[in-house]
Amino acid sequence: MENYETHRHDVLVIGAGGAGLRAAIEAKSQGASVGLVCKSLLGKAHTVMAEGGIAAAMANIDPQDDWRTHCADTLRGGVYVNNWRMAQLHAQEAPDRVRELEQWGALFDRTDDGRILQRAFGGHKYRRLVHVGDRTGLELIRTVQDRAVQLGVDVYMECTVTHLFKEDGRIAGALAYWRESGRFVLFPAKAIVIATGGAGKSYKITSNSWEYSGNGQAIAFEIGAELMDMEFVQFHPTGMVWPPGVRGLLVTESVRGDGGLLKNSKGERFMFKHTPERYKGQIADTEAEAEKWLTEIREGRPITARKPPELLPRDIVARAIYNEVKEGRGSEHDGVYLDISHMPAEYVKRKLPSMYMQFKELADVDITAQPMEIGPTMHYMMGGIRVDGDTQSTNVPGLYAAGEAAAGLHGANRLGGNSLSDLIVFGRRAGLYAAEYARGAKEGKIADASVDEAQKKLLAPFDRKKGPTPYEVHRELQDIMTGHVGIFRNEIDLQTGIRKLQDLREKAKTGSVDGGRQYNPGWHLARDLVTMITVSEAIARSALLRKESRGGHARTDYPKLEDAFAKTNFVAVRDGETVKVEGRPLPEWPEEIKKLMEEKK
Amino acid sequence: MAAQGPHEDSTRHPRSAAGGESREAILRVFRGDPRGGEAKEYKVPVGPGMVVLDAIHHIQGYFAPDLACRWNCKAAKCGSCSAEVNGRPRLMCKTRLDEFAEGEIITVYPLRSFPLIKDLVTDVSRNFEVNKRIPPFAPKPSTEWRMQQPDVDRVQEFRKCIECFLCQDVCHVIRNHNKLGEFAGPRFFVRSACLEMHPLDGLNRTRFLKEEAGLGYCNITKCCTEVCPEDIHITDNAIIPLKERVVSEFYSPLGWLRRKLAGK
Repeated sequence: MENYETHRHDVLVIGAGGAGLRAAIEAKSQGASVGLVCKSLLGKAHTVMAEGGIAAAMANIDPQDDWRTHCADTLRGGVYVNNWRMAQLHAQEAPDRVRELEQWGALFDRTDDGRILQRAFGGHKYRRLVHVGDRTGLELIRTVQDRAVQLGVDVYMECTVTHLFKEDGRIAGALAYWRESGRFVLFPAKAIVIATGGAGKSYKITSNSWEYSGNGQAIAFEIGAELMDMEFVQFHPTGMVWPPGVRGLLVTESVRGDGGLLKNSKGERFMFKHTPERYKGQIADTEAEAEKWLTEIREGRPITARKPPELLPRDIVARAIYNEVKEGRGSEHDGVYLDISHMPAEYVKRKLPSMYMQFKELADVDITAQPMEIGPTMHYMMGGIRVDGDTQSTNVPGLYAAGEAAAGLHGANRLGGNSLSDLIVFGRRAGLYAAEYARGAKEGKIADASVDEAQKKLLAPFDRKKGPTPYEVHRELQDIMTGHVGIFRNEIDLQTGIRKLQDLREKAKTGSVDGGRQYNPGWHLARDLVTMITVSEAIARSALLRKESRGGHARTDYPKLEDAFAKTNFVAVRDGETVKVEGRPLPEWPEEIKKLMEEKK
Repeated sequence: MAAQGPHEDSTRHPRSAAGGESREAILRVFRGDPRGGEAKEYKVPVGPGMVVLDAIHHIQGYFAPDLACRWNCKAAKCGSCSAEVNGRPRLMCKTRLDEFAEGEIITVYPLRSFPLIKDLVTDVSRNFEVNKRIPPFAPKPSTEWRMQQPDVDRVQEFRKCIECFLCQDVCHVIRNHNKLGEFAGPRFFVRSACLEMHPLDGLNRTRFLKEEAGLGYCNITKCCTEVCPEDIHITDNAIIPLKERVVSEFYSPLGWLRRKLAGK
């Protein structure tokens, strides 16, 4: 075994997006020694790309708003299979977490009387999203990044964690490699927080970066953690479709929140056909009413009209767009039109500066004068590591998870804006409880043999001089997931997809990499493929068992909501080399939640 | 010079998305590490709207899987894919191939002001060290947390910074005089301005700027402003106002008197 560095911490946080940074800040504030490991440079994590805002019922614009309405919106958006406790805590705590960001130096857009401005978004009854134009994620990550640095969190940048270790059933530490040198580094730790985000890179058309490889879910799964709700994959309705190089890049929901309209090639506002029963109370059914809402938004007046159907939750809008294209009413490049050019140009540039630049520079489109072409793009995973709603602890003692890597808050479909608030609410909770656990735990011993075995696995691709390149395997994986486990699914496709994934797992084992260990993206991808395939299999197998359509999971062979699945979460557990999925009963809602859902229709 | 992948299989090649006649871009990409290296030539099929980063990914995917480069968002929001394209510091995700003439050779080099790690990746860690020394946000006591949008606008311009470090790369104080450390560089003047002009910040950072951040080294050539992909007016809106604060505090008789009286 080669020599490697060792760094000991009470709490090790893996992932430095909003959730990881917030967890690190909290654990550090509790007096723990904290290490924060991230695959990219600090400040480049996916949070930086978030655009629209942070959902928090601060009631700065619409005084009727309160946590109970936000909680009800989250459960309705998630089609009732969320972890109710997380939905409750999230809605209760988000406003305080936002105020805290402001006290750490964040500068959000303001109301006329100097308070934090809030904007409308899909599925939120009131104007609720705290924002900075369309670059809210940058504001959030920079604020928590500066705070973590100020508190003296030890940051390990460009370092990829590949294995977790247990001793006596408890967490004992993690193994990683430095991307720069390819050398190994061991992190003995009393508690570990996984905050590694999602797994979008398994799909061809995605808004996600290379980092989204399901790494955290897979390494936790490997040591016995459970993955819940994996069938619920969010296809964001509005990704760019043209030119090809930018296909999938996110077009913020704020475009619709600030007045953007969806139209097909015939100029029809097709979303009026798609309002489900549970949203009839909130969504306008005529263009005149939608127009009235638009005027009220534009003039910053109190809202009296119901919202346009463009602001239905993402799952509904994404499927409607997909169907328009499939039925021949799509745009030139197989998307539909998203148009905000009817709003004043100055308003568009002020509210959506980065969208304006993105379309102008990458697609030669001036969004103040022309419609955008957009279509669904794989964006987010509602599923992830199963956690306790209060503490974010997993079923492995000492292991915690937060943010997109964890499951529960969003149920079958996440509302826009609920991700950034998720990060700060549950990032904090994970850090708090991990630090508390670490105080009472003693450091576990990591067996040399386990470290040795893990290192050998990682280096194996260098020994194979023939075999498929990681890029080839990756293209194949993306084809399988896009073709068989995409926005619409059915029994035959899923069965085929699962079989192909199993074959691909074997093929990946024969893969080779060129070059040396120093900053070698091919080698890094070879490792990421292992985790992507595991997570993909969990998605496909969970999707096969849920014989209904709910939120981000749509089956052409079972197109309706089914009562039989209304009280079930599917959970993937490790079974040797494969993934086994089983149903678990959804915890019963307490009276308080039932009452709130009745009142906040 | 090595050419494109020796055994590549043409059936695996995506065809030009435009269909019909396909255009090729010729890229010369630096390959090497601190021990040495050279530019290698690759020919990449060009599709509509393609950017340099797409071409680099194509090279990784089909010819050189170990070609090192940083990237994340592909939408000019994260500032990871900085490089020198035809000698100019730019984000590769924002540099369109169709801005180059057909047949024009496109050179892609790593940022030259930072130590090379491999290929297009450099060691930018000293920037993070500089950042740690900036006195953090310190809200005025009993702040009410009300702010007016016009006051916030001024600071939000600075908060657009995506830390691509192109300004640090182009700045001659760092590039030619190797002063990063005793000189904080444009990025960190922007960050300091952000804190200094925050409507509710109560700290004075002028002594830090003068004595530790080397603000005086900047002779306002505005190169940083020219390369900023976020169009931040680094020199005019951040550096010059900071210089004015330093001057009025340390070099004007009134400032001298004020400091004497305050006992600083």
